[in-house]
Amino acid sequence: MAVISVAEALKRAIEAEMAKDDSVYCVGEDEDIPGGMGGAFTVTKGLADKFGFERVINTPISEIMIAGVCVGSAMNGMKPVADLQYGDFLFCMMDQLCNQAAKMCYMSNGHVHVPMVMRCPIGATHRGAQHAQSLESYFVHVPGLKVVCPSNAYDAKGMMISAIEDPDPVIFFEHKLLYGSSRNEAGSIDATSEVPDEEYKVPFGKAALRTEGNDITVVANLLMTHRAVAAAENLKKEGIGLEVIDARSLVPFDYDTVLESLEKTGKLLIVHEDNYRLGWGAQLASYIAENAITLLDAPISRVATPDTPIPFSPPLEEHVIPSIARIEEAARKLAAL
Amino acid sequence: MSGFPSNEKALGMYKKMYEIRSYEEKIYYLFLEGIMPGTIHQSHGQEACAVGMLYDLRKSDWMATTHRPAGHDLAKGVSLRSMMCEMFGKAEGCDGGVGGAMHTGDISVGAMVANAIVGADIPIAAGAALAFKMRGEDNVVVCFFGDGATNEGSYHETLNAAGLWKLPVVFVCENNLYSATTSIKLTCIQENVAADRASVYGIPSEVVDGNDVVAVNEAATRAIARARSGEGPTVLELKTYRHGGHSRNDACGYRPKEEEEEWFSRDPVKLFRARLIENGVATDEELEQIETSIDDLVEEEVEYAENAPFPPLDAAVKNVYWEGE
Repeated sequence: MAVISVAEALKRAIEAEMAKDDSVYCVGEDEDIPGGMGGAFTVTKGLADKFGFERVINTPISEIMIAGVCVGSAMNGMKPVADLQYGDFLFCMMDQLCNQAAKMCYMSNGHVHVPMVMRCPIGATHRGAQHAQSLESYFVHVPGLKVVCPSNAYDAKGMMISAIEDPDPVIFFEHKLLYGSSRNEAGSIDATSEVPDEEYKVPFGKAALRTEGNDITVVANLLMTHRAVAAAENLKKEGIGLEVIDARSLVPFDYDTVLESLEKTGKLLIVHEDNYRLGWGAQLASYIAENAITLLDAPISRVATPDTPIPFSPPLEEHVIPSIARIEEAARKLAAL
Repeated sequence: MSGFPSNEKALGMYKKMYEIRSYEEKIYYLFLEGIMPGTIHQSHGQEACAVGMLYDLRKSDWMATTHRPAGHDLAKGVSLRSMMCEMFGKAEGCDGGVGGAMHTGDISVGAMVANAIVGADIPIAAGAALAFKMRGEDNVVVCFFGDGATNEGSYHETLNAAGLWKLPVVFVCENNLYSATTSIKLTCIQENVAADRASVYGIPSEVVDGNDVVAVNEAATRAIARARSGEGPTVLELKTYRHGGHSRNDACGYRPKEEEEEWFSRDPVKLFRARLIENGVATDEELEQIETSIDDLVEEEVEYAENAPFPPLDAAVKNVYWEGE
């Protein structure tokens, strides 16, 4: 057991799976170039020393090809783990993900399946509009894809192992401010955890309770989980108890944990870095309204990035991305109802 | 032309070509009569491409195809019955009725799910080839696409990588001169739209008469041998012509009549039939008997498929995620 970063936890998970199973391989741009970074955020650095460039494949900048090669090799018995560098590049490969990876099992009546992992670093980090987006909702919408987003090192390792061993395509979101890698990001926060040396799985479809509280259920993911926990600490002093649930897995989604908490709190606040309009919180809100409105004592509240691209200028970026203060403000309003 | 295949092989290829012709023509009439649901993208006229490319493949080799898959699937060994049942959306279809005409296939014989997004099968085929290579198996992947796909980014991104990595894949462009209804001359400056753009990626290519099954088969033999021996991909551009429209209800008003007449006079099935007789492989009467028995078989499978049960309604929501073997 050691305290390690998310980036290190991901690397150890991939390394363990590659050591265990010859069909697991890494693929992507700048994946492990000698003298390079190891993807954009160090996760795959050094893996080629152990497994060779046949299993740590540095590709041309060709997103359609990368995704298509993942689909085809996965259909043919391999387990690719692709690195997108920046989740924003997912748009360059949407056909391969949404028409191909997501539908092969279905269209073949279950005769083939596509066990592939797309690792997608996301989140706003002073890089402007095309290296900043939170893209979970696009993929939450597509039947056939699984979507997960671990917020700390323990979950990162356990969910990566689950993802690699999963029989279906997994869109695996990693937040740039949570990596804790040697590539320092302004605004990074500590997402290290004690991580067992041995292999373990964190199953998909299971949310995690981060703080207990009686007044408001807060459902968040990735960076927003940490901000919600910070808000909970602050609001404790005001006598407002937040129960923070880290969604962790968006498809499949653990509605039960949310419902159980709402039975206690009767109030729901959803926090995500994704845009407000049809962010994944919209699905959760409508699900609760449809299935459990009688549990609610107040309207559902959502804190999200407004419906705008992400600006570069640091004060502007800070203005649009949900802050601890905004979460607190929304919680106070909800508590007063 | 270096030689004519053995009598057995020649007859085997002819039977498969005729089976595809008979199947496609029957399906055309079933659509005209309003009996068959959906749409169709038919391959009659292109039988020599399918059979010439796939006749010598092993079952363990894979084949990737497009929205016009029937000839390829039949030539790779997908059963007539499972194809016909799929066309009717029946439970015994090769995809259990869930896939439909543009997604036929049967991975147990190496026929990948057909792909209805132009060019999308190209990187997927390369991925399947990469898997063979990584495991040290000497299987190959034959990847079909149309002339229109050569204008997709997927073609160029994949050729670049496949040439670089020497993947065991044969890229086969069936250039039937039209991307849906648009002449390829309106969208490409090259005469040979696939082959002329292969060399820049370090990939050798051949331009072949796609209506001559022997010529296609010879080129296929060379390309498959290259792929199998680890020398990497080849691009084959097969010049051919659809006998039907792009899809249902397409009367081909965009194709000059003289052009159609010229190509129809070089019907690949009729051309090869004449050569079988000329080379003494079979007599006219013997071929007629073979043809009649194939036509009868197709009729039987139509009747079978029409009467076969639809899938249970819950099949619509199954296999969204893998449910295991």
